[in-house]
Amino acid sequence: MAKSGQSLGARVRNTAFSALVYLFLYAPIAVIVLFSFNTSRRNIVFEGFTLDWYGVMAGNTQLMDSLVNTLIVASCSTLLSVIIGSLAAVGMYRYRFRGRAAIDALLYIPVVIPEVVLGIALLSVFSLANVPLGLLSMIIAHATFSIPFVVFTVRARLSGFDASTEEAAMDLGANRLQVFSRITVPLIAPGIGAGAMLAFTLSIDDIIISFFTTGATSMTFPLKVMEMVRSGVSPDVYALSTIIILVTFAVVVTSQAIRYRHQKGQEHTGT
Amino acid sequence: MASRNATQTTGFLRRRLQRAAPLLTMVSPVTVWMVILIAVPLIYVLFISFCSTDEAHHIVFAFTLQNYAKLFDPTLLSIYGNSLLIAGLTCLISILIGYPFATIMANSSPFKRTLMMVFLMLPFWTNSLIRLYGWRSILGSNGFINSVLQSLGLITQPLELLYNHFAVVLGMVYVLLPFMVLPIYTVILKLDHSLLEAASDLGARPARRFLKVTLPLTSSGIFAGSIMVFIPALGYFFVSNLMGGGTTQLIGNVIARQFKEAFNWPFGAALSIVLIIITLVLVRAYTKTGGKMDDLGAM
Repeated sequence: MAKSGQSLGARVRNTAFSALVYLFLYAPIAVIVLFSFNTSRRNIVFEGFTLDWYGVMAGNTQLMDSLVNTLIVASCSTLLSVIIGSLAAVGMYRYRFRGRAAIDALLYIPVVIPEVVLGIALLSVFSLANVPLGLLSMIIAHATFSIPFVVFTVRARLSGFDASTEEAAMDLGANRLQVFSRITVPLIAPGIGAGAMLAFTLSIDDIIISFFTTGATSMTFPLKVMEMVRSGVSPDVYALSTIIILVTFAVVVTSQAIRYRHQKGQEHTGT
Repeated sequence: MASRNATQTTGFLRRRLQRAAPLLTMVSPVTVWMVILIAVPLIYVLFISFCSTDEAHHIVFAFTLQNYAKLFDPTLLSIYGNSLLIAGLTCLISILIGYPFATIMANSSPFKRTLMMVFLMLPFWTNSLIRLYGWRSILGSNGFINSVLQSLGLITQPLELLYNHFAVVLGMVYVLLPFMVLPIYTVILKLDHSLLEAASDLGARPARRFLKVTLPLTSSGIFAGSIMVFIPALGYFFVSNLMGGGTTQLIGNVIARQFKEAFNWPFGAALSIVLIIITLVLVRAYTKTGGKMDDLGAM
């Protein structure tokens, strides 16, 4: 392996380079966390430590409403895309049928097309069909860009799938529904989990699609921030962001640690 | 006789339907959804790009090519130029940072690899607008960089680091870098090391080996990453809003304005068709050179 052959100089260079990349990625996050504890309202210099902004944040109903909206849209669109996407992945993996390539092509469109194009296309069709713009239109729009990602992650999981397990269950008298719920779903569960996490993440961070498909009363957190940018983002938004950062860091690090230990355990038992 | 035939036919249909039932339950939801919410909307955008508007900004369904004629307006041409320049620079810088980073990651131990991947993706669970706003505090005229440089006495006047192309490109690279790293990382991981050893055994120096063996073998990853960076960079209007402060207009900004402020949907639709064509051409070139579509969704 190249690793063992690396000289000390090369190793130092690699570490320094990686450190710079991470500095680039984390510098603005550090700024947000720091300024959420800043006594000054203007986010320019750090004047002193305070926890006041966390209280202000909790009392800011507009901000809290936008957070609730974000979570509603993300949960509902994730649920929808997981159901539709997982069924599709299994169906498209198991059966060869006419039109399969066409569905595949449709699924790739949201992945490669600029979000602004998808956003205006959905807005146009919602207005044509008189769908009122609000939480429901945003849920539909978010599910639309999430479904392909769920299909792809579940499909990746299925490529190592042993069809004989399903056949054995059928031979032992299980019906299709039992086979699906007892055999297929548990087997693809990690793929579904990864797809759900991806769908949720894409939804809570989405700006462009929401920008076009939202209504006047259904502001999400990213849109709220976008609106505040002109007048200046107040530190209570930093406080909320800090809480979101801490929660996601905890969730991601724990889930990755579990996954890593699980993989390691599998390597040891040789399965 | 006829009735027996009919029972046979319905029996045959029922059996076929029964066999197709699981396929239909699994595949029809996604088909209906994607047709109604992807195919129909895009066809409708193409349709309204040939329409015009009345004084009340309503779409008038009468065929016209005026929206396409307006695409060649000189101010718009400079916006395309700007847009392509910024997307191109974003792509190039992402490769220059992402390629070595992906190499280092792929050559690390499995534990370190997982760790590097997690910390690469972690920032993306935080709202990107907020993170870009953090950059404004770093780059602003009273920001971190200017304060440090001034207190060191290196500059007397604050440097204008925000509200220019530089800031927009920085913001784009910041938001899009992982999309470059991931596909490159995937191909480097799959790289056949015996080919590299063969090159070394045959006397190739490291630089030559990289140019003649490693780079061609990993070019599909660079191509996939470039598509995932270049195309969004043409449309991410919020990055140019935040970091460019109106000094930098991208195609995405013009489209957004047609739909939300100017209410000239047909013209915005024609601009969107331009973006769709650019996307199709790039993706076609990618698959023609052997790129796999699945590698584009490698998130």
